[in-house]
Amino acid sequence: MNSILKIEDLHVAVEDTPILKGVNLDIRQGEIHALMGPNGSGKSTLAYALAGHPKYEITSGKVEIDGTDIVELDPCERARLGLFLAFQYPVVIPGVKVADFIRHAVTNVRNPDRKEGENLMPMREFRKELKQRMEDLGMDTEFARRYLNEGFSGGEKKRMEILQMAMLQPKFSILDETDSGLDSDAVKVVAEGVNRLAGPGMGVLIITHHDRLLEYNIPQYTHVMLGGRIVETGDAELARELHNEGYQSVRERHPQEATDQLEPSAS
Amino acid sequence: MATDINEKEQVDIGEYQYGFHDSTDKYFFTSGKGLNEEVVAQISEMKGEPAWMRDFRLESLRIFHEKPMPNWGSDLNRIDFQNIHYFMRASERQGKTWDEVPEEIRKTYDRLGIPEAEKKYLSGVKAQYESEVVYGSLDEQLAEKGVIFTDTDSALKDHPELFREYFGTIIPPHDNKFAALNSAVWSGGSFIYVPPGVEIDFPLQAYFRINAQNMGQFERTLIIVDEGAKIHYVEGCTAPTYSSDSLHSAVVEIIVKREGRCRYTTIQNWSNNVYNLVTKRAMAYRDALMEWVDGNLGSQVTMKYPAVYLMEPGARGETLSIAFANKGQHQDAGAKMVHCAPDTSSRIISKSISKGGGRSSYRGLVRVEKNAARCKSNVVCDALILDAQSRSDTYPYIEVENDNVAIEHEASVSKIAEEQLFYLMSRGLTEAEASAMIVTGFIEPLVKELPMEYAVEMNRLIELQMEGSVG
Ligand SMILES: Nc1ncnc2c1ncn2[C@@H]1O[C@H](COP(=O)(O)OP(=O)(O)OP(=O)(O)O)[C@@H](O)[C@H]1O
Ligand SMILES: [Mg+2]
Repeated sequence: MNSILKIEDLHVAVEDTPILKGVNLDIRQGEIHALMGPNGSGKSTLAYALAGHPKYEITSGKVEIDGTDIVELDPCERARLGLFLAFQYPVVIPGVKVADFIRHAVTNVRNPDRKEGENLMPMREFRKELKQRMEDLGMDTEFARRYLNEGFSGGEKKRMEILQMAMLQPKFSILDETDSGLDSDAVKVVAEGVNRLAGPGMGVLIITHHDRLLEYNIPQYTHVMLGGRIVETGDAELARELHNEGYQSVRERHPQEATDQLEPSAS
Repeated sequence: MATDINEKEQVDIGEYQYGFHDSTDKYFFTSGKGLNEEVVAQISEMKGEPAWMRDFRLESLRIFHEKPMPNWGSDLNRIDFQNIHYFMRASERQGKTWDEVPEEIRKTYDRLGIPEAEKKYLSGVKAQYESEVVYGSLDEQLAEKGVIFTDTDSALKDHPELFREYFGTIIPPHDNKFAALNSAVWSGGSFIYVPPGVEIDFPLQAYFRINAQNMGQFERTLIIVDEGAKIHYVEGCTAPTYSSDSLHSAVVEIIVKREGRCRYTTIQNWSNNVYNLVTKRAMAYRDALMEWVDGNLGSQVTMKYPAVYLMEPGARGETLSIAFANKGQHQDAGAKMVHCAPDTSSRIISKSISKGGGRSSYRGLVRVEKNAARCKSNVVCDALILDAQSRSDTYPYIEVENDNVAIEHEASVSKIAEEQLFYLMSRGLTEAEASAMIVTGFIEPLVKELPMEYAVEMNRLIELQMEGSVG
């Protein structure tokens, strides 16, 4: 059975300021969706709210994975249900080694019923798998010993996100501008990496301002966000159009949302 | 120093693990509660001290009464000086083997894992129980080389000249109120002399245990590292959990002579009812190195700022400190570096963790005297706050009288680790696992500096603190 992530009339506020104002979106396992929209339109807000960031308060609406409401769940419970977010700005965790962290995460996500303190995934098996995935992404295996994101270049951080995705094998991945800050070779590596993982087992929401990632991962759907709502949905052609022509025509077609977008806190 | 025994006995790992206590019925002597000239004179008499020490104590008591309570740092007004026992003798004499130590007391140290650690990696041990040292050992080869490692009471009797030459010269009684108190009622502590050129490779360890309720422990430690000598001294501390308060107020004086090296490591793990007010100071001479490694966990209030006075060119001072403030605790800790000579250098690295409503403060002073040209100092402090109820403050003081110096101070603005927690949790780690991982990573650079055994101990204590509150 194909899993489904259902987002229904989602409203999200940050520190009492409404940002998302009724988002509807269904993503099935195996589908690729692109989410575009001008800066500040609410794309990352949607990503954080789905992953369960405590600052992003869901004030109304529903988010379900296969009928299970996840709105009240902790981020870790959502991860164990198969949700993954590749961060636009990955967080630095000093002193925590990449391998230790991923081993812990993988163990938990693969055994959702694991209790704290129970055995981690066997070291040898883990190492072998991690090494393989790092090679797939053209990463020096030395990174496994480094502290998580500490001193990583922008592109290295993004690759580290994709490595985690590859190890965790989520059902639903949200990639928040994973392609920004990458040189063109790196975009290619990451895009191929996503492509390899994005088979029938994974539904992907690609948030992007560029087209390279979408060239390798052709979306069935493209959504445009403006002023905290999805205002248009099309196919891959829409993504290309927006990329070439910008958002002016979208703004003209949706003057109300365009105004919201300009003055987010005026209302 | 974990043993298998106490790990098995531990029922709820979140609780303070060393909170058990023994009966005090068989004690040889217990001073009544309260502080006055009679009590002080009695302590001196019990110990059979020379007149000069009795007079020193009585004079110190006078200074103690004169000095006001510090009006900075933590609130100390709850300390009731008249509700404290100032002297307790639990054992008639000091054991040279563990078999000579009274059984109840020996069992305590077994539970704390001291005899085991001694066998594995220590050059010598002193175990202080209440006011006095109940067990002492020193590697024979070191003794043959002239190393002295004894308790401070015995040193006064057995090495009177050496003792009198240095005692109270680094921290005189009028230094501060609690130094005066310690000088009046001091008992126990370690006395160490390392002769020129003797390098001690394995640590000497002292273990301080408070057992009775309303106990005041006032050990007095004096370490003299002669020219080119080297030592690593480690102290550990625990106490039972009582509802009423105990007071631990030690004085530690250290002299590191030319090219000598001294590292003093503290892994303090007092129960939450202990006021821990300690004065620690070292003087480092030409090309000498003094390092304080200070792990402050537990206690209700800790105020402690290990100091190094850099007395001659080439002297170096270093303090690495970790403070963990949990529920109901205030850790006011830091360091003091005083550059009294040119071409001296100092480094302070401080990390604090606040959690469950705990409060930690970094308080540090770097002082450069007028003649101390070309000296260098580097201060780095980092604070980690795990929840919105907890608090962290930084009070850096820098006093520079000379223009030709290089002083760096970096304080990372302490933020609640919310983004870090969210990031790790979004990968499937529970909140408890995520915060434990963040904390372990945060102190990693410091723990790395510890010898293996202590690094393991430190990580274990931190883990216990982390498990404590998660529900
Ligand atoms: N933590 C926050 N605190 C305050 N305001 C926030 C916060 N997060 C988002 N916002 C506001 O919400 C709006 C939407 O921001 P969001 O990051 O979701 O935009 P975006 O579509 O991802 O933009 P970009 O393309 O620049 O990444 C912006 O006006 C932003 O300032
Ligand atoms: Mg964004």
